[in-house]
Formats: sequence, structure tokens, C-alpha cells
Amino acid sequence: MLSAQNFGESGKMKEYHYAGPTEHRFSPYAFNGGTVLAVAGEDFAIVASDTRLSEGYSIHSRDSPKCYKLTDTTVLGCSGFHGDCLTLTKIIDARLKMYKHSNNKTMTSGAIAAMLSTILYSRRFFPYYVYNIIGGLDEQGKGAVYSFDPVGSYQRDTYKAGGSASAMLQPLLDNQIGFKNMEGVEHVPLTKDKAVQLVKDVFVSAAERDVYTGDALRICIVTKEGIEEQNIPLRKD
Amino acid sequence: MALAAVCGGQSASEHFGQLFSGKQARLFDRPNHFSFGTKIQEFAVPVGNEPSGFLRSCNREEGVRIDLNHGTTTLAFKFRHGVIVAVDSRASAGNYLASNDVNKVIEINPYLLGTMSGGAADCQYWERLLAKECRLYRLRNNHRISVAAASKLLCNMMLGYRGMGLSVGSMICGWDKEGPGLYYVDDNGTRLSGRMFSTGCGNSYAYGVVDSGYKEDMIVEEAYELGCRGIAHATHRDAYSGGSVNMYHMRE
Repeated sequence: MLSAQNFGESGKMKEYHYAGPTEHRFSPYAFNGGTVLAVAGEDFAIVASDTRLSEGYSIHSRDSPKCYKLTDTTVLGCSGFHGDCLTLTKIIDARLKMYKHSNNKTMTSGAIAAMLSTILYSRRFFPYYVYNIIGGLDEQGKGAVYSFDPVGSYQRDTYKAGGSASAMLQPLLDNQIGFKNMEGVEHVPLTKDKAVQLVKDVFVSAAERDVYTGDALRICIVTKEGIEEQNIPLRKD
Repeated sequence: MALAAVCGGQSASEHFGQLFSGKQARLFDRPNHFSFGTKIQEFAVPVGNEPSGFLRSCNREEGVRIDLNHGTTTLAFKFRHGVIVAVDSRASAGNYLASNDVNKVIEINPYLLGTMSGGAADCQYWERLLAKECRLYRLRNNHRISVAAASKLLCNMMLGYRGMGLSVGSMICGWDKEGPGLYYVDDNGTRLSGRMFSTGCGNSYAYGVVDSGYKEDMIVEEAYELGCRGIAHATHRDAYSGGSVNMYHMRE
């Protein structure tokens, strides 16, 4: 059904205009969609992503999660261009192994975040088209979330949404977890079960309104016992 | 290995390579050895000769939007009792507000601060590199680096990549043997010493407020209030500045 936006000012359909010669060149990037979300709690961290891989009007796969387990205490979520996501995770895995072999210990979440920043910046002039969010436990066992831009600028947050539906999810998280724009509400600290339920609800909303988000939801819950994974179905249309 | 790097000497393996034979290729010159940028910092560059316009041309493709975190107002001024540094805390990526609580001041050491405005990743990376160089200077020369020298290091880093699309507007503030120091460094390689600077897209609003209220012999509370007011007015009028005001006072 045609929406009202296809019509011009006078109510007629907009006509095709010849805009002059345009240059087409090979674009090294493509947008494969997907949304990633991370929440840090007192002693846990949650990284969640949908599992749809799309390009333009097509869906390539309904089972392509965007959470990657890096260590026992850290999970990386990356969305954007799938090719760059794959290469980036391969490089991070190699660097993690190199660190483990030279220093005889696993990298901490903060160290992984700093390393990812320099890896992304080494491609400052030809960026990885990836929006990264790291979720994990820091050295004190508290939940930590680090969010990145495509060239490596990063900071530690309590919660962050990235990817195609990020602009829809972030205000909802600001309100529910950050208690922003609410008056007279008691600031209750977030429990793990409440956080997981909130993440499920938030992705259901994202799937309703964003075409690139849907199919299934993969949640990784990081606690000191390890990483627990859950799969929840979402809208498939 | 680490000591050799600190002293700036060649590593042992490079010595051996020269001793034995010039024909033997060094380990990291072999085409199938990828060192992941751990040995020397490498930068990948896109095909063609215009890296600064490359990202803009990609953003016209359908669906692809690579927006980098940007935008600020920062200000700093010297007065009798030291240097006041005040920054806002907003980071925008295109039209989307990426964050309202970014820390735009990097503490290089207890006597040296760097502010960040322009491209967030550029500022974070180069100022962190500057912090590393200042630490190495301290270890090699057994005294702290001066503000003039630190700002010159950053300026030369920027000159090395001039024209490639970096966006850095930074103020290096500190207290050294000559007293309070304030330098403005930007991505063109400009390096200026001055009494008062403001950078970022909201800088004109901050200049107006601070210029009208500035007195060299202000008391400390007045200076705090002036710095705060400058940023507050800039955030009020500039769309890309906002969040909260972070303020530092550099004393002796």
C-alpha cells in the first residue's frame, strides 16, 4: 500500500527527474542491518543482538547472531557491515591469543576495549564499518559496557544500544534504566532478571518498527559463573 | 625488549640481521607475516589519492552511513591563580546524539591536561599517544616535560598527517618551571601560546562570554563561575554542545 510520502506537493506522484550524469563507483561497504544492545549491572552484564542479516530489500539469513564471545568475561556485539564484523573479530581473536601467549593471562574487559580502540583507529582513513559494543565484567567483578564509534572513539557506559534500531532503543533505555525524564521515581538498582526481561521487551519493540531488526534474539548473560546464552524468537516479517 | 624500546635503540634481532647478511629478509618484511600492528603502528589507506573525501563519498551510497562522533565547546584561560579548563560533554554522530556524558579532558600527568574537540576518535587516539610520549620523556630525561614541548610533540604528530582529514582542536594546559602554560594545537599544525582559547563549534559563544567577564586578578571562585558560564551559554545556543560542564583548575 502506498504511503502518503510518495506524493509531491500538488498531490500527484513525483515524476522521474533526470539529474544529470552521476559517477558510479565500486563501494567497499554495504549495510547489513542488525541491532546490538548491552546493559551493565552490579555483578552481571548482558549483551543482546537480533539475528537477521539483510542487504537492501533482501534477508540473507535469519540465524546470524551478532554477539561474539571473546573471553569468559567479555562478549563483543558488532553490527554494520558483516564483512568488516568478521574480519574484525578474527583480528581481535588473534590479538587475544598473542596477548595470552606473551603475558600468560587473559585480557581484561578494559584492556580489550583499549585494544579495540587502537585496532579501529589503525583504519582511520578506511574505516571498519562496524558499530561495536563490548559487555563484560571488570577486574572488580562489576558489569562494564564500552561503546565505540566506527573509528575507535570509546567510553564506558551503563547501557548502550547500537546498530540500525539504536536511535529507537536508546531513549527507551535512558528512561527505564537511567530513569531520565521521570519525576518522583525511586532509583531501584537493576536486577539480572529484570534486566533480561527489559532487554526482551525492548527488542520486541525494535522488531515492530525497524525493518532490519527481527527473526530471533540472542542474549548473552555474563556473570562470574560464566556466559549463559538464551534464544528468543521475534517477528519474522 | 621493553628497555630497548624505551631507550630508543635497535632491537637485538635487527642487529643480527645486519651482521649476518643483507640478503636475508627480516621477519616482518616477509609477505605472509601479518603482525597486526603490534610492532609498528600501521594505517590502512583507501585506494585513490583523496583519503579525506573517501568517507563523504561512501555516505552517498544507499543504506551506508558512517557517522563519526563529533562536536564540542571547550575553553581554557590563564589567570593569576593558574589555568581554568572547562568543557561540555556531548558527542554527536551526524544528527544522532551518541552520548551526553563524554569526558573531553585527558589527564596526561598530574601537571598536564589535554582537551579534545573535533573528531572524538582522533583526539582520544593522538592525545593518548601524546601521554605515552610524555611518560617516555620523563623516564628518559628524569624530569617532567614542559608544556611547550608537549604541545610541540602533538603539533608535529598533526603535521605528519596534514591534509588527510583528521579533525583535532586541542588545548594543552599545564604548570611547569615557567609557570602556568596554555597552548592551542589543531589538525593543521597550528600551535599558539595564549592567555585564553576556546575551540569547537560553540567557541564563538564562549569567547563572547569569557572576554566580557575576564579580569587577570580574579579570585578563584569568580574564575570557576566564569568558566562555567562560558560553557553554559555555548551549550544553550549551539546544537552540537550540551550535557554537563566538566571543569579543571590547574594549580601549582
